[in-house]
Amino acid sequence: MKELLDDLDRWRGAGRAVAMARVVDLEGSAPRAAGAAMAVTEDGEVSGSVSGGCVEGAVVVEALDVLAKGERRMVTFGYSDDEAFEVGLTCGGTIHLFIEPLDW
Amino acid sequence: MPAEQSLFEQLRDAIRAEVPVALATVVEGSFTGNKLIVWRDAESEGTLGNADLDRVVTRDARGELAAGRTGMRHYGLHGEAREEAVSVFIESFAPPPRMLIFGAVDFTAALARVAKVLGYRVTVCDARAVFATKSRFPMADEVVVDWPDRLLAEVGGDLGERDVVCILTHDAKFDVPAVVASLATDVGYIGVMGSRRTHDDRTKRLIEAGVDEAGLARLRSPIGLDIGARTPEETAVSITAEIIARRTGRDAKSLTVTDGPIHG
Repeated sequence: MKELLDDLDRWRGAGRAVAMARVVDLEGSAPRAAGAAMAVTEDGEVSGSVSGGCVEGAVVVEALDVLAKGERRMVTFGYSDDEAFEVGLTCGGTIHLFIEPLDW
Repeated sequence: MPAEQSLFEQLRDAIRAEVPVALATVVEGSFTGNKLIVWRDAESEGTLGNADLDRVVTRDARGELAAGRTGMRHYGLHGEAREEAVSVFIESFAPPPRMLIFGAVDFTAALARVAKVLGYRVTVCDARAVFATKSRFPMADEVVVDWPDRLLAEVGGDLGERDVVCILTHDAKFDVPAVVASLATDVGYIGVMGSRRTHDDRTKRLIEAGVDEAGLARLRSPIGLDIGARTPEETAVSITAEIIARRTGRDAKSLTVTDGPIHG
């Protein structure tokens, strides 16, 4: 979260709604450790990352939905094989994200 | 801590000021989203849902904070162990680990640079005022003109498992007292630079100075991994790679010739 603080301050100062996604648990080989964080504004600006770039696009979609509905949730991303073209981690691991509005 | 500050603002200010703090968040269960900010000594701020749960999580979070660990824990509704009604994510914001580099030599600047990339708070220490200057080591957080054992007498008590000491003086006059004083601390890594010959000579002197087998076994000497480093920058990578491998307990082979988890 440390590396997000400047952006979070700026966005909060401008009165923009922000959702934060944090890696809270992981299984197997995953690129980022627990605590890796990414923030998304209501108009889609992004700071930070939660994987090696594999799932960030899907996290933005989830984060915007969290802001729209105002509810916090856990989201899990696992392995997806190449043929399915699904969103997932190519490294074979699973990450659990907690996504919530930055309203605290 | 002004009461009108939100939890986020308190956390943000603590992280910026490098004050040790942990953030506990309920991520699954009845109190999802509730938060508790846990300090090393002061009373926690916020609540996870009830006082019992807050008390248990405060205790656990202080332990995690001391170790610099971040992860998930499960509790009963009132903090009972071996129950899973509530999942709490505890994130530690420990101050950066320290690297003390003894010896203001060519290798010091490169090592200090790489250590900064890895997030260390770097102190360069040398007794020679003409070499130990901020202008030679602008990347260091502090440059101290003093004898290693005197600096360690001052700050050694604060050093722990996450911290490292690198002794680059390769001059027995400096490095024997530096090693002896480092061994008296709980620092996680002590690396000492020098050729094989310097190492053998230094080992003799250390034994004369009263260092026992266990003390010698704690040293990484000569410092660094065997990657054939030549330049100061390559040597800095060799040293920092050894520091990481010691922490993770790996024996630093190429991933090509090993199997098993990469990050685990």
